[in-house]
Amino acid sequence: MVTLKFMETATPAIEILGLKKSYGELNAVNDVRLSVGRGEIFGLLGPNGAGKTTLLMMLATLLKPTSGDARVNGYSIISQPSHVRQSIGMVFQDPSSDELLSGYENLKLHALMYDVPWKAIDQRIDTVMSLVDLSHRKHDKVKTYSGGMRRRMEIARGLLHQPAVLFLDEPTLGLDPQTREHIWKYIESLARETGMTIVLTTHYMEEAEKLCQRVAIIDYGKIIALDTTQNLKNQLAGDVVTLKVKTLETATLHQLPFVRKIEQLDGRLQITIENAGKNLKSLLLAAGEIEEVQVRSSDLNDVFLHFTGKEIRETEGDTLEHIRVMTSAKQSR
Amino acid sequence: MKSTHVLKGIYALWYREFKVFLNERSRILSAVFLPMFWYFIFGSGVGSITTTGVNYQHFIFPGFLAMTIIFSSLFNGAYIVWDKKIDFLKEVLIAPLSRTTIFVGKVAGGMTDALIQAFILIIIGAIIGIPFTVVNILYTVFILFIFTIGLVSLGLIIGSFLESPESFGLVSSFVVYPLFLLSGALYPLDTLPSWMKILTHLDPATFAVDGLRNVILGISSMSLAQNLSVLIAFDVSLILIGTWAFNRMKL
Repeated sequence: MVTLKFMETATPAIEILGLKKSYGELNAVNDVRLSVGRGEIFGLLGPNGAGKTTLLMMLATLLKPTSGDARVNGYSIISQPSHVRQSIGMVFQDPSSDELLSGYENLKLHALMYDVPWKAIDQRIDTVMSLVDLSHRKHDKVKTYSGGMRRRMEIARGLLHQPAVLFLDEPTLGLDPQTREHIWKYIESLARETGMTIVLTTHYMEEAEKLCQRVAIIDYGKIIALDTTQNLKNQLAGDVVTLKVKTLETATLHQLPFVRKIEQLDGRLQITIENAGKNLKSLLLAAGEIEEVQVRSSDLNDVFLHFTGKEIRETEGDTLEHIRVMTSAKQSR
Repeated sequence: MKSTHVLKGIYALWYREFKVFLNERSRILSAVFLPMFWYFIFGSGVGSITTTGVNYQHFIFPGFLAMTIIFSSLFNGAYIVWDKKIDFLKEVLIAPLSRTTIFVGKVAGGMTDALIQAFILIIIGAIIGIPFTVVNILYTVFILFIFTIGLVSLGLIIGSFLESPESFGLVSSFVVYPLFLLSGALYPLDTLPSWMKILTHLDPATFAVDGLRNVILGISSMSLAQNLSVLIAFDVSLILIGTWAFNRMKL
């Protein structure tokens, strides 16, 4: 059985008090305020370049904010950075382990840097490695690990010093769907078994929806929505009907009482309605000549579209991600 | 921060450098064989036309010890560039350790690598007839130890400013060759023209070579105390610059 203990106090795990980071004219993070409770799994959702990683780097004291402050585990990131560092575990977007060393050696190095008591080091390495199912490979060099194993090893490494808060920056970026499912499973069991506060950034809707209790949607450095995943979806409760029609005439559709919202997307109408089972027929009758119909229940992607006016997939995220994966592949020595 | 945590941090960084070193056996081989190659070919070739009072190959042996130390110490700075590239540096910089602790740990790691290589060369030297005794080996290791602190620091300082391993290779060779060639490793200092003498005295390696020649062969142009004070001054200033360079280093 896995046993990890975490600091329990009355203060929230994270309190962000108006953090701002500017690069010249550009505000990468613009006056962000939010609070994350103990034991919560919190998601920062947004396209690449939205400012998620910048925000995380400031919380981890790796980047100095232009203005504002934040408290992590009750410590100020400005005046008590080394307390903050001791309180957090960080799993970076890109692999940050030494692949010439074994998993065990990477973890030992981490334990030493975080002042884990000598006697506890080996036992804790065993505990966290078994948590991510890597016990059998712990003495193999990291360069022999697959991408998913390496990510798991780095998640285990982030847990070694029993941090109050674990940051995961795009935990499944660049991993295949099957590995992604595995990582999700590990994160879920981790949260369940340890009650640790987890803050993750992602631009995958599915990921935020599956893992997070609350989500902040962030775009152009600003939080544009913040709520539980359920509440966010409830705001546009109902089903999404996508119609390909001859004429993009929406005036009559707006008149219908069950229509919540109409958006135009690629020459199609995306209409959010209440209870498609009952109202779909009336909608189709009102729409005129129809070439194609699609119906599905709303998900976080619709929430994102609702708040930002664009689809998260539309942003150049996927191209950037592709390039990133290519570069990290080239970097193996 | 507790002092035990500082020591543990230094040990952590040393542990990593050492593990990586053990994994790169080809580097150990080249670091030992390159000077031996020079020693035999250059030593026999030039030795046949020069007179230095002692056997020329014996005369240049301390120079090649210094050469090994110069090359392998400075080369360590490449690791920090590499760490930046593979993002391992993030893992180190996010740890609750001061930059000074990180710097000292890296210096300790680099010194271990360099001194192990020098030690292999000392053993080879003893086998091929360099007049080593237990006492002068202790003195030799002591001088090399003092010399390598400043050199490893220099390599780390260069590395902390650079982003690519290629540029490190280029910049470090601009430092390594003057250090080696001006050090008097290959020629006696006393007979040099005065302008050249000034240049050699600006090179800290000159004082290491002179000191080594003093303890191994009993010939020198300066006293051991002079040599050691210059080397210690070299160490202190580079440690200070290195601590500053690490503190300014960003991700």
